[in-house]
Amino acid sequence: METRNLTCINCPMGCALTIEMEGNEVISVSGNTCLRGDAYGRKEVTNPTRIVTSTVRVTGGAADMVSVKTGQDIPKGKIFECVKALRDVEVQAPIHIGDVIVSDVAGTGVDVVATKNVESR
Amino acid sequence: MYDVVIIGAGVCGAAIARELSRYQVKICVLEKEEDVCCGTSKANSAIVHAGYDAVTGSLKAKLNVRGNEKMGELSEELDFPFERNGSLVLCLNEGDMPNLQALYDRGVANGVKELQILSKEEVLKMEPNVTDDVYAALYAPTGGIVCPFGLNIALAENACANGVEFQFNTEVTEIHKSEEGYELQTNKGIFKARYVVNAAGVYADRFHNMVSEKKIHITARRGDYCLLDKEAGGHVRRTVFALPGKLGKGILVTPTVHGNLLVGPTAVDVEDKEGVNTTAEGLAQVIEKAGMSVRNIPIRQVITSFAGLRAHEEGDDFIIGEVEDAPGFIDCAGIESPGIASSPAIGEMTAELLAVKMGLTEKDDFIPTRQGIKNPNQLSMEERNALIKENPAYGNIICRCEMVTEGEIIDAIRRPLGAKSLDGVKRRTRAGMGRCQSGFCSPRTMEILSRECDMSMFDITKSGGDSKLVVGTNKDII
Amino acid sequence: MKNYDIVIIGGGPAGLAAAVSAKQSGIDSILILERDKELGGILNQCIHNGFGLHTFKEELTGPEYAERFIVQVKELGIEYRLHTMVLDIRSDKTVSAMNSEDGLFEIQAKAVILAMGCRERARGALNIPGYRPAGIYSAGTAQRLVNMEGYMPGREVVILGSGDIGLIMARRMTLEGAKVKVVAELMPYSGGLKRNIVQCLDDYGIPLKLSHTVVDIKGKERVEGVTLAQVDEKSKPIPGTEEFYSCDTLLLSVGLIPENEISRGMGVEMNPVTSGPKVNESLETNLEGVFACGNVLHVHDLVDFVSEEAAAAGRNAAAYVKETVNTSEEREIGLVATEGVRYTVPSIIRVAHMEDNLKVRFRVGSVYQNCFVSVYFDDERVLHRKRQVLAPGEMEEVKLSKEQFLQYPKLQKITFKIEEE
Repeated sequence: METRNLTCINCPMGCALTIEMEGNEVISVSGNTCLRGDAYGRKEVTNPTRIVTSTVRVTGGAADMVSVKTGQDIPKGKIFECVKALRDVEVQAPIHIGDVIVSDVAGTGVDVVATKNVESR
Repeated sequence: MYDVVIIGAGVCGAAIARELSRYQVKICVLEKEEDVCCGTSKANSAIVHAGYDAVTGSLKAKLNVRGNEKMGELSEELDFPFERNGSLVLCLNEGDMPNLQALYDRGVANGVKELQILSKEEVLKMEPNVTDDVYAALYAPTGGIVCPFGLNIALAENACANGVEFQFNTEVTEIHKSEEGYELQTNKGIFKARYVVNAAGVYADRFHNMVSEKKIHITARRGDYCLLDKEAGGHVRRTVFALPGKLGKGILVTPTVHGNLLVGPTAVDVEDKEGVNTTAEGLAQVIEKAGMSVRNIPIRQVITSFAGLRAHEEGDDFIIGEVEDAPGFIDCAGIESPGIASSPAIGEMTAELLAVKMGLTEKDDFIPTRQGIKNPNQLSMEERNALIKENPAYGNIICRCEMVTEGEIIDAIRRPLGAKSLDGVKRRTRAGMGRCQSGFCSPRTMEILSRECDMSMFDITKSGGDSKLVVGTNKDII
Repeated sequence: MKNYDIVIIGGGPAGLAAAVSAKQSGIDSILILERDKELGGILNQCIHNGFGLHTFKEELTGPEYAERFIVQVKELGIEYRLHTMVLDIRSDKTVSAMNSEDGLFEIQAKAVILAMGCRERARGALNIPGYRPAGIYSAGTAQRLVNMEGYMPGREVVILGSGDIGLIMARRMTLEGAKVKVVAELMPYSGGLKRNIVQCLDDYGIPLKLSHTVVDIKGKERVEGVTLAQVDEKSKPIPGTEEFYSCDTLLLSVGLIPENEISRGMGVEMNPVTSGPKVNESLETNLEGVFACGNVLHVHDLVDFVSEEAAAAGRNAAAYVKETVNTSEEREIGLVATEGVRYTVPSIIRVAHMEDNLKVRFRVGSVYQNCFVSVYFDDERVLHRKRQVLAPGEMEEVKLSKEQFLQYPKLQKITFKIEEE
């Protein structure tokens, strides 16, 4: 049996998790103070994922950049692919929170959405 | 072909240019940096010494006293901040009293007015934060503090208004004697001049030695300083010195003309004439020694530290005058403390010397005054509102710490010899010089520079050259 | 001169939450003065996620979190002015402010809420020796350049300070194409949240060097590299441990300082530990009707707590304006922070003015493991809470109820401390 120690990143508490594994199977998660911690621990040792936040360029807006995020967490290994997919993206103002900027980013099935409103200039 | 080329746009070069611009003469100032006031003139104690330190009869003594006398009127003519706050030299034990007395006597001999020796009680009454160990002090009411950038920039702007040409980013690499005078080889081509003034600060020996067999040697003597928040600015009202030692006047504690508290400098001879790096030992020494003169200096309120280089010459006096074996080549070398204080007199002396030698006649249309950048903080509410109505940029604060408006920054950039970099704006307006040290305002000042100078953000520098502030755009090389 | 019941200085998270709650408490005449071009304050440049778990039970980015409050401010019709700098406030609560449109103007307020936030400590505060070239940025300045303006301050980065902004910027710079070589931290522990070390450093293989600092900066025009050295228990660099890192950028994330110049100018009494005002249970300063909340009061770790605190300040300011507080009993109880507890906010409690529950917030001075947070009412221990870990980077809180106080009519002093058992 293998034991892995992780810090939960779900919330600022940062619980110290201990995960017992048998091969690729999670036997137990302990140290968490909530259910989200349990879920995080299981996922982190099998299929770690992250929300990615970034920026894309805006044309015709009151600001030059708009902040964006992946609508859900994506596999950790796809982070840089996701960021690269945003490199040449330019969006026309106005932009509203939740607007889809790139759909199905890096083949993850997850959309990148705006996290800030940018009015037209 | 110029009548006079001045090497260096520091405080001496600018003072000479300004004084010489009273005459009908074609002048060019060559400066290797991107702006005036980039070397020794920008990083020093900014003290207008009273004039008791230098050996009686020396140029230092004579020009210091004369420069101090002229500074008040000059600050009014040219609109730069200067304050006669007075200075104290502390004597910490009875045994040193003869040295203090000697300083007093020398001051009197040098022509310093109103000097007094104060008792411990008198000193502590005047400056309650001076150390309890004080035994007595020399008090010089004529001592003052000046904005070193303000002085240098004002002189240069006024010179410019009177027809002096300034060439920046122009580094003199060789000087050759020619039939008519001198040819100065630079990275921007050859400049020809009948007369050359060498006001090159720590590099003055280099240029002197290009034309003369009688070599001089300038040592760069580094001094580390700490600058404290304005909240600490009232800790002392006068400039407080320790009794002078071998390497200079020791570590002083002084308010600045803008209301900060300044402590320093150390004195370390360095090889590198650009070696303005502070050291941990230097800064520690500043703090320790300052504490021997003044109690409870709130060191936690240090907002920045810096180092400057003094141009020390072995003869220990200013070298001003025509070089013996190089006719038409005028040295203005070895200008260390009290250089700032002496600068108005150095300008006057050098200009007069050239005027006689060249047989110059005065202009009818010399403009003796210059207006500085308006400081809205000094206006009444009505005046300020009138100004904002006329130019809304004066209602837009860019630097929160020093309360500098966009209007002032635009003025600093647009005026003749205007700012081209973040530090240029800072020296002219104080934007970025406050407690957050440009954390908030630098991106906004960069935007204004970019807009006003029609420069790309990638070309905006901290202080010219390769001091670029941003290097690319997001994800450009990912 | 215009009159308002409540003038709020700052339209960041604290100012917005205070405005919303004051309005909801029945005050209509409210004005927010904001110096930037938009409401939201520092949240606008904090584009990472992790905000709002407490307040909204979901994970938002900074701009999204701000927007939730901005929408409320707009829906409630609360007045605000942008691009407006407050120059000073007199102790009679006359606010003088300035912008390009209205010029310099004065406003008379019945109550003032200070919500100016904080600024970053600069290099000078650390006295880092070396040259002063371009390429030295506070982490927040770099954050603004990258996240709001789209400019990269450099390509190869060393970060000094492992506060949250430093950690967040390590990841941001990496994701925008820079190489972050190392994060150095003077203390033997990180000043940031654990989750940020995992997801900002560990995820990207960025080393964190604890007990290290910058001892030299190389480069006359642009940064060419920095030298790190290990430090001893007194934070002094240990000779022989120097290590050179070539880089073109040094980011500093070395602490935050509440911006209280205006507060000091009007005569507000300060707590030297927090560098924020001393406040009572109502978050009111020594000046009657002048309240403080958010990072201007004490530096918070989470914006959710800022919002919560600011909402209390808004309610209290509203109560002050409406004069609804029963002031018959003016007993003042002092709060004492000792033995590991650095400070408490508030530092005075007037029981008559208390809401039913009061959250006392505090920070500890170093890392503690398996210890207890204890609260004493005079000599009697009334709270003894076991904690696995306490760290200076994280704000702590203890809830006190008004009911509790009624059982101790002679109570004079409340002491907060960390105990081993």
